Amino acid sequence: MLASLGLILLCQLIGEVVVRGLGLPLPGPVLGLLLLLMLLLARERFALLARGPLRNDGVETAGKGLLAHLSLLFVPAGVGVVQKLDLLAEHGIAIVLVLALSVVVTLLATVLTFRLVSRLLKQQDAR
Amino acid sequence: MKDNPFSLWVYLSQSPLLWLTVTLLVYASTDAVSLATRRHPFANPVLHAMWIIGAFLLLTGTSYTTYFAGAQFVHFLLGPATVALAVPLYENRKRVVVSIVPMLVALVAGSVTAIVSVVLLAELAGLPRDVVLSLAPKSVTAGVAMGIAESLHADPSLAAVAVILTGIMGAIIVTPLMNRTGVTDYRARGFAAGLAAHGIGTARAFQVDEIAGVFSGIAMSLNALVTSFLVPLAVTLLVR
Repeated sequence: MLASLGLILLCQLIGEVVVRGLGLPLPGPVLGLLLLLMLLLARERFALLARGPLRNDGVETAGKGLLAHLSLLFVPAGVGVVQKLDLLAEHGIAIVLVLALSVVVTLLATVLTFRLVSRLLKQQDAR
Repeated sequence: MKDNPFSLWVYLSQSPLLWLTVTLLVYASTDAVSLATRRHPFANPVLHAMWIIGAFLLLTGTSYTTYFAGAQFVHFLLGPATVALAVPLYENRKRVVVSIVPMLVALVAGSVTAIVSVVLLAELAGLPRDVVLSLAPKSVTAGVAMGIAESLHADPSLAAVAVILTGIMGAIIVTPLMNRTGVTDYRARGFAAGLAAHGIGTARAFQVDEIAGVFSGIAMSLNALVTSFLVPLAVTLLVR
């Protein structure tokens, strides 16, 4: 468990170092995600890697534990709304309406594009 | 208790322990309510935890900085949780590879729609320029959006609030909206949730369906990438 958490943190750390070092316009944790994914994939080919956290579902269990309460992690940033009460009093309704409309349009554009392309490729994945 | 109870409060209210405990307990309660209502969209645990803790801070006259000194331990886990998205992605890799083309096309369409729609609507609503800029990256996860806002000389803390509001509204609306469109493909539904509403949408997607959660996580990661490139471009083209 400890080694698995360590591996996750290490992937993030390497991600941050590379992103900062090369000035890449992407978040460090996203690069960390790619790194962990490559490790998991490489493990199938190279038995040498299948040890420590990469054995017996070690990192899988730790990762799922972190994701089980993903919503909780947004609460501290969300409470930051208390700092913006003046702005919200002035523009709150407009901001909420703009964001609500935009999220609906975005959801529809994404899901319909996905289905359209899927159908053009004749993929059957309807459940 | 020999001391004046007030001095105990003064001590505790400055300690990270109190605010970390409050964050966990309030969230545990709102999550229990959400579970009790069989994950009803309006019982969104983030939304209710946010206003309850916010009201508590205002009532006790506690500053957000003091609160965050405790809550940062939770906030920090956003990074490792993003890395951990590799796990469900890996476990469902076969289904993901099969869907790569629709995913990439929907990524571009969704990302462009998210940015262009919010900038145009905000301009139409007559919002001030720095507010428009802070709202532009609202569909990506908090850390990334704050970085984008900073690079545009907008307000990162307003960007974070816009991100959370977008996430909550997306998480509330996604299930009823998708049911209405009649789309039953959980890959597409999850992908849309993660693209439009980042981690809060992804948390919602995992509640509904594991495959939806996986595709939502992918959309969230990919959109963080694409949006970092697109927002500066869109702002140059669209903002007066």
